[in-house]
Amino acid sequence: MSTSVPVVDRGAKPSGGNPRFFRRLLRRPVAIVCCAYLAVLVGVAIVAPIAMPSVNSQNAGDLFGANQLPSWSHLLGTDTLGRDVLSRLLVGDRVTLVGVVEALVVVLVLAVPLGLAAGYLGGWTDRVVTWLADLTFSLPAVVIIIVVLSVFPTSMLAGMATFGVIAAPGLMRVVRSATLPIREELYIKAAEASGLSRTYILTRHILPRIAGVVIVQASLLAAVALGVQTGLAFLKLLVADPAPSWGGMVADGTSVLLLHPWLIIPPGATIAVTMLALSLLGDAVRDAAVESWSAPVRTKRAAAKAAPASAGTTPPAGARLLTVQHLSVSFPGREQDVRVVEDVSFGVAAGEIVGIVGESGCGKSVTASAIVGLLPGSGRIDGGSIWFGGKDLARASEAELRKVRGRTIAFVSQEPMASLDPAYRVGFQIEEALRRHRGLSRAAARARALELLRDMHFVDPGAVARRYPHELSGGMAQRVAIARALAGEPELLIADEPTTALDVTVQAEILELIRELQMTRQMAVLVVTHDWGVVADLCDRVVVMYAGQIVERSDVQSIFDTPLHPYTEALLASNPHLEPEAATLPMIPGTVPPPGSWPAGCRFSARCRYAVAACAELEVAIEAPYQGHETRCIRYGQLTKT
Amino acid sequence: MSTHPLLSVDQLRVEYPVRNRPPFRAVDDVTIAIGPRETVGLVGESGSGKTTIASAVLGFAPATAGTIAFDGEDITGATRHRRRRLSASLQVVFQDPYSSLNPSRTIGKTLSETLRPHGSPSKSEVAERVASILERVGLDPGAADRYPNQFSGGQRQRIAIARALIVRPRLVICDEPVSSLDLSVQAQVLNLLRSLQDELGLSYLFISHDLAVVRRISMRVVVLYRGRVMEAGPAAVVYNDPAHPYTRALLQSVPIPNPNLQRARRTSRERSTPDLPSTVKPESCQFAPRCPWAVDVCREQQPPEELTSEGVFVTCHRWREFGALPSRHQSRRRQTSAPDCGSPQATGRVG
Repeated sequence: MSTSVPVVDRGAKPSGGNPRFFRRLLRRPVAIVCCAYLAVLVGVAIVAPIAMPSVNSQNAGDLFGANQLPSWSHLLGTDTLGRDVLSRLLVGDRVTLVGVVEALVVVLVLAVPLGLAAGYLGGWTDRVVTWLADLTFSLPAVVIIIVVLSVFPTSMLAGMATFGVIAAPGLMRVVRSATLPIREELYIKAAEASGLSRTYILTRHILPRIAGVVIVQASLLAAVALGVQTGLAFLKLLVADPAPSWGGMVADGTSVLLLHPWLIIPPGATIAVTMLALSLLGDAVRDAAVESWSAPVRTKRAAAKAAPASAGTTPPAGARLLTVQHLSVSFPGREQDVRVVEDVSFGVAAGEIVGIVGESGCGKSVTASAIVGLLPGSGRIDGGSIWFGGKDLARASEAELRKVRGRTIAFVSQEPMASLDPAYRVGFQIEEALRRHRGLSRAAARARALELLRDMHFVDPGAVARRYPHELSGGMAQRVAIARALAGEPELLIADEPTTALDVTVQAEILELIRELQMTRQMAVLVVTHDWGVVADLCDRVVVMYAGQIVERSDVQSIFDTPLHPYTEALLASNPHLEPEAATLPMIPGTVPPPGSWPAGCRFSARCRYAVAACAELEVAIEAPYQGHETRCIRYGQLTKT
Repeated sequence: MSTHPLLSVDQLRVEYPVRNRPPFRAVDDVTIAIGPRETVGLVGESGSGKTTIASAVLGFAPATAGTIAFDGEDITGATRHRRRRLSASLQVVFQDPYSSLNPSRTIGKTLSETLRPHGSPSKSEVAERVASILERVGLDPGAADRYPNQFSGGQRQRIAIARALIVRPRLVICDEPVSSLDLSVQAQVLNLLRSLQDELGLSYLFISHDLAVVRRISMRVVVLYRGRVMEAGPAAVVYNDPAHPYTRALLQSVPIPNPNLQRARRTSRERSTPDLPSTVKPESCQFAPRCPWAVDVCREQQPPEELTSEGVFVTCHRWREFGALPSRHQSRRRQTSAPDCGSPQATGRVG
């Protein structure tokens, strides 16, 4: 199911540190409030000491008017020495902000380059940097700062720089671990192969990709630095009297806490609100950064039940094992829902192998996962029905689906490794499925699991059962995944690109296995694939999909002998396995239109060599020129002549 | 005229360290030569070492033994400085067009940065070269201002090809350039690579797991298994008349898009043993544990490299015996296997 979904998301992916990020950030009310508040603080820090130059050296105010509550002449009251609290708060803002900025600059200057270097260069650089970081972690931070400040009394720079050095390893580690996965990206290798310098790669390729992480961490660190700064000021270590600072004002207040409790509230509240603003801004930045690539919350089942009743509420007469009727699936897009599967109808009879063929983005995997109610992300069924065992799965509740899934319908995915739990031995995982679906005892489940593994042609099933998934090769893992899928004795196996990730020699074995299972167990199989060879090898009937629609439906032989849709014909012709060694391969011009931008009329018309003006005008309906062979093309007559 | 090939890989061995165990030999004793305007295909399944060879040529994986020479000059342990100069003639196109373009940089930036290490052309000249290379790979020059997320997989692969070609290299390493693309797009990209080769006189080292794709574009192919060369020779001969059991298994395993023919082919397929534990004695044939024809000597001795009458190097103890095998469709092709033969192989591939 991995193949089709990215197509839906593609338009929504961010392009990294682009200007759109700030627009996204400022769409959030919280971010606007926080930014405005911090802007006011910065403004005050610049203006207040200039406007009120006397405050910094004011030793005492009106001693008779000390410890006053707020009044019109003193909006926030007066302190123990009768000085105006508001003006001290405003003037003290600068020293606080300067402290935070100094700490932040030191942290960033140390942590970002070192983290980048350690993550990108690895080897000795990484070892030395990590070792130094560990060393710093083990130092008692507060003690060191106090020692430094006893050497440089009331030096804000010394104190906050020391804090910056001590806080840097934390950010350094974050930067390093954000860099590690980016180093493995192929565009980094391509840049290296192009002979670009390391500095260039670090600053132009890696830094923009980790900027989001750094911004979030920096805003959180700023909040911590503010706490540390006010704490040190509280201890009178940073700012010499009588200059005001928020921490110093809190200290002043605590000395008269019982007599005059009001005094700690103005500086205390300001500190709290500022720290809150910094932290909330950090959250908003993070949300804005991941907004476009994180999937919205799953709400699909609730929505699916409201599906329009375009089909009857009773199973169609003469139903096959599985009957899909007029199925449509949508994913939420940026502005509106995007349809990825539209009006898809087909059936699978008992013991039959049906293939869904198409290229990425055609909706084949989405169709398969919709049947078992496993649509990725927040995709939902918004029309049609899926009849299986007398029930409409499109309308079934999650509990009903859970009963069907694994028991009567089994699902095998493209990546067998991902479908097995790496923490458990594979034998246990099969036993678990057997006990859940068939209610077997532990011993019976164990025996049956070994039997299933033997059916998968493992020479030594016992040894395989004892292995963990990472100890298996891709082909072995897929066979184990199939064994587990068969635990519930399903009537229908849905295999989504079961061999795409495997080597050809292994693919041949898996195909043989599926064919054998279908024959010995009379199990129906629905195979999703892009490979015509797999279709030819396995399938009885074929459904060809293009841009979310079925374009052709037929038995397997006729589709290869006389394709009735130009897309099928062109796709078959472009196969490198078939064509003679001509100078150029026959190819289809253009690309598959992504969901949401499907053209009017026939969706293939723009790429079709048989297209006429009428093709792009009207929606083309499926018709059946021959018994059991249907096509969505008004010009199929032209094809059969060539 | 120089007598040496453009790229020559000689007895290359690449080993990766494994904790508490002897190092893992990813590539062993591999020799490849690529001439000017030539395409050599490197075929093998996962774990065959084909990508490791590419990494070694590009300097990403250090060679444990053997030499790699480019245009007669040894580049086995080339310095970063030398590599930088080399990148003017040696470029690469990777498999995954999604990971190979930085999502936060415009196509124009991605293309023009390749020019940076090689002199400093003026802004207008850079823009001109970006526009012309985009046009050459079949994209609108306006693409330069857009981000990778606005392009499909096939278009991205065209951009990756443009990035490699903008410096006008002599050799391009193509590491599975079409395997993540859809069938219809795959043909477009293969045709593009082919026409660019004719036009710009390029050489390709073309890596793929699919022998049919490699045959389309290569003059010679090298078939690898577990880091060793199983068979090497003219593409048409290896494809139509494989001498090594592994090559035969590789070809027979690919299901062909024709139900009737595929049914017949299925029954005649030589069954190779499914994948087994991965320790094989270094002094034996690496394919022996899976080979349906393996005898004692295969498990005891490393087979020598021998030259067949059709100019194919084959590393197998029993290759002479297979020429007489009747059941194989490939053996019927023996008489029509001249490289430039335009015989109707589409219909006659399987008996």
